[in-house]
Amino acid sequence: MTTIADKTEVLPAGTWKADPAHSRVEFAVNYLGGTFRGVFSPFEAELRVSEGGEATLTGVARAESVRVQDENLEAHLLSPEFFDSERTPELTFTSTDIRTQGEAVEIGGELTVRGAAQPVQLRGTVRPPIGAYGQQRIGITVETQVDRTAFGLNWNAPLDDGTPALANDVLLTAELFFIKEQ
Amino acid sequence: MRILGISGSLRAGSHNTRLLHAAAELVPEGAELEPWSGLKDVPPYDEDDDVEPAPAAVAALRDALAGADAVVFATPEYNTSIPGQLKNALDWASRPLRTNPLRNKPVAVIGASTGAFGAVWSQQELRKVLRSLGARVVEEGVAVRHADRQLDGDNLPEEVREELRDVLATLVAEVRERQLVAA
Repeated sequence: MTTIADKTEVLPAGTWKADPAHSRVEFAVNYLGGTFRGVFSPFEAELRVSEGGEATLTGVARAESVRVQDENLEAHLLSPEFFDSERTPELTFTSTDIRTQGEAVEIGGELTVRGAAQPVQLRGTVRPPIGAYGQQRIGITVETQVDRTAFGLNWNAPLDDGTPALANDVLLTAELFFIKEQ
Repeated sequence: MRILGISGSLRAGSHNTRLLHAAAELVPEGAELEPWSGLKDVPPYDEDDDVEPAPAAVAALRDALAGADAVVFATPEYNTSIPGQLKNALDWASRPLRTNPLRNKPVAVIGASTGAFGAVWSQQELRKVLRSLGARVVEEGVAVRHADRQLDGDNLPEEVREELRDVLATLVAEVRERQLVAA
């Protein structure tokens, strides 16, 4: 269950759904001297805020919705070496605690990838609600770093000097444009 | 449950083909292992030839893989690695990668050599290739060393039989798990 400290004005009561056209969930990981990035598209996210100010954020993406810039790399990411989409077709997030202070937001929760649930702490900003052409909108941008091996994503290959080609730490970023359900 | 057996060696008296036939005698009840004999007919991979309809031998390979619940590869070791014709066949089978017939398929790798190690490097490299194709590669293997002595006649050592039984049992368990997921 979730609590909000001061902020029904920051997160007004209601059910808010992520606008798929503008929202984005991205991962970034050091690989071969650069940064390898991908997104999950589409995905779904929902923010529910009670009249009392209790808030819960949930998100779900199909592993099959992973998008990178090469179809063979996508196929590799879906294989048993990475997401194992056949056995674990979904990635999910459920918040356990949401706190805001001004425009800062901190969201504790549980991230499940490849069937392994791990606690994560998302940090970022929330933009105060705006009215846009008849819609109420809130923007939340959060990020966290996870160790992919905690979820069983263990693939690697040695570089020339024997060090691993792919880092274990993965930066996850979610830019969520929420629209209030009518 | 149908397990396809592919020997990476083409010659008639191949130790690895014999190992595969020995494995066929040890499969758990409810499963059968069918050795596949079309490897020699697979043409060299050429992207210009990788069109529909596929060359007949390639279509036969893809159909054989698609129709199997699991695959056992028995590989020799050529120059510390996978025999060229076996790798060539996997290159054909792998395309397109996202929908290739080995994707998510439980596979096991075993091997025999006349040397002191039993094709372990070749097996390692074959597992790496199969994993990158998206196959569900079981960890267990069987490495038959001094194959000219160990696979001679019907006197397959009991320890090798036991290792084969273990690999096949793991493979069958992976197939059952996959059937549960699909159900």
